[in-house]
Amino acid sequence: MFRRLHDAAKIAIEFEGRILQVAPHETVAAALLADGAEHTRTTPVTGAPRAPYCMMGVCFDCLMEIDGIPNRQACMTRVQDGMKVRRQDGVRRLEP
Amino acid sequence: MTRDNSESADLVIIGSGPAGLTAATEASSLGLSVLLLDEQEEPGGQIYRGIETAHPKTARLLGPDYQRGAALASAFRASASGYRPGASVWRVDADGTIAYSRDGQAHIVRGKRILVATGAQERPVPIPGWTLPGVMSAGGAQVLLKSAGVVPSGRIIVAGNGPLLLLIAQQLITAGANVAAILETTEFSDYLAAASSLPRAMQAGDYLAKGQRMRHDINAAGIPQYSGVSHLAASGDEKFKQISFESGGMRHTLSADTLLLHAGVVPNTQITRQLDCDHEWVADQRYWQPVLDSWGTTSCDTVAVAGDGGSIIGAEASAIAGRLAALDTARRLGIFNLAERDQRAAPLRGDLARHLAIRPLLDTLFRPDPAFCVPPDDETIVCRCEEVTAGDIRIAVREGAMGPNQLKVFTRCGMGPCQGRMCGLTVSEIIAASRGATLTETGYYRIRPPIKPLTLGELAALDDKFPTE
Repeated sequence: MFRRLHDAAKIAIEFEGRILQVAPHETVAAALLADGAEHTRTTPVTGAPRAPYCMMGVCFDCLMEIDGIPNRQACMTRVQDGMKVRRQDGVRRLEP
Repeated sequence: MTRDNSESADLVIIGSGPAGLTAATEASSLGLSVLLLDEQEEPGGQIYRGIETAHPKTARLLGPDYQRGAALASAFRASASGYRPGASVWRVDADGTIAYSRDGQAHIVRGKRILVATGAQERPVPIPGWTLPGVMSAGGAQVLLKSAGVVPSGRIIVAGNGPLLLLIAQQLITAGANVAAILETTEFSDYLAAASSLPRAMQAGDYLAKGQRMRHDINAAGIPQYSGVSHLAASGDEKFKQISFESGGMRHTLSADTLLLHAGVVPNTQITRQLDCDHEWVADQRYWQPVLDSWGTTSCDTVAVAGDGGSIIGAEASAIAGRLAALDTARRLGIFNLAERDQRAAPLRGDLARHLAIRPLLDTLFRPDPAFCVPPDDETIVCRCEEVTAGDIRIAVREGAMGPNQLKVFTRCGMGPCQGRMCGLTVSEIIAASRGATLTETGYYRIRPPIKPLTLGELAALDDKFPTE
C-alpha cells in the first residue's frame, strides 16, 4: 500500500470498471499503487498474483491490459484522461 | 536501388541519464548531428527521474545529488541535439541501424556511430517470496518517489545491501514514511576488508561524507538495524506479510506491509549483448560488463558505451564518461585529431579518476552477498516470468543442461517477457556453481531482437521503410 506526498491536479482513468482520480505525468503503475491496488496481474504459469516490482521497465511484472491492448508495461506507460486499465489474468487468449 | 526514407545522424544516443545527456550536449556543441532516443517521457534516466517535473518538496527531500540533474537536463534542452522521448529501442545493428517504437509506431534511424547509455539495473535479489505483491525493489520505490511523489504507506522493511539501500531508507524517513527496520547483509568483517581502500577513497571525500550523513540520519531516526543478515525469506498468502531472517545467531521474524529489496546495481547489457559485443565477467562485483577501450568503444567499432552500462561508476563519473565518448566520436568523424581529443579530454580524465577513487571501497564494503548470487533454497523462484526455481535449474544441470541457452530448452527459464533481464545473472551463477565451472566458461543468454515488446502491427507497418533492393 502506498500514499501520495502531495496533492496534484487530477485526471480520470478507469481501473477494472472503477474511476480513479490520478495525477497527470505519472505512470499507470504509480497511479494504481497510489490508489491501493495490491496486484496488477496473475501469472500465466500458476496464476500467482503479482505487482509492479522494478518500476523501470526491466522485470515485466507490471504487464496489464491498457486500452484493450494486453502485455503493456504499466510502469512505462503514462496515464491519459479516459484510459481504461484492466488486470492481466493468466494466459493471454487469441481472439478469433 | 535503395529506397530509404529513414532518419540519420552522426551520433545516435540511446538513453538520457547523465551519460546520454552530456554526450548529446557535448557532441552537438562540437558540430555533430545528434539524435537521442529515450524510453522515458522526460530526460534524466533513473538517477534523475522526474527531474523536470518533480514537486519542489520532493526534489528538496531527494537532495542536491538529485537536483544536480536539472543542470544536465537544461543544458541538453538548450543544445542542438534531436530528442525522441518515449522511444523504445528494440533492435541495434553494427552498421548503425537502430529500430525503435514510439506511440505504437515503429521507426528506423541510422547513425554513423551509436552510443549506448542505457545505464544500470538492480541486481536481482532472489529470496523465497520475492514475487509476492508488497515486495518491491528499493530502486522501484525510489522511482515512485521521484516520478510520482508516492511512498509506501504502512510499515516498511528495507533489506539487502549497497549505498542505494541506505539512501532510499534515508529518503523515505525524510519523506515521513514508516521505515520499521533495516536489514543489511553487510558484516563487520566487510568494514575491516574495506579499510585498506580508505586512503584512496579519501580523494573522493564528499562520497564518504555523504555515507556518514546517511548513517547519521538513519541512526538519529532510531530505526532498528540488523547487520550480517542471512537466510532472508518473505512470506504471506496472496501478499507480503512478514520477513524472517538470521542475524547475530538468532532467527527473527518481522511483520510489515512493504518489503524493499536491494543488492546493488549491475550494467544493463541488453543492447551490447544483442549486438554480440565481447563481454567480461567482473569477479569481485559478480556482473558482466562489455569490454571497452578508455573512450567507451566496444569490440564492435561503431558502437560505444558510456556510464553504468559499461561498468558501475555512478552518476557523476557517468556524466564525464558521456563527454569522453562524445570527444572520441568527434575525432573519429574528423572534427579534430587525436592530439586535440586528448588535450580536451585531459581535465575530464582528472575528474573521472577522482570520482572513481571511491569505487574500491564501495565494491569491497558492499560485495554481493553469495546467497543472493546463488540462492541456496531450491524453492526460490529465479525466473519470475516462467516461474522456474533454483531447484528446477539444478535438476536441469544434472540432466545435462550445460549452459544458460540450453537451460531454456529444458525449463523455459529466461524465455518470458523480461527476456532474461531478471534471471540471467542468477542462472549463470547457479549453473557455474553446480558444474564447478567458471562464469566465463558458463557464459550468458544469447540476447536476440526484438529486445523490447513489439506488436506484429508495428513490425508490419515498418516494412516499406527497410532498405529494399
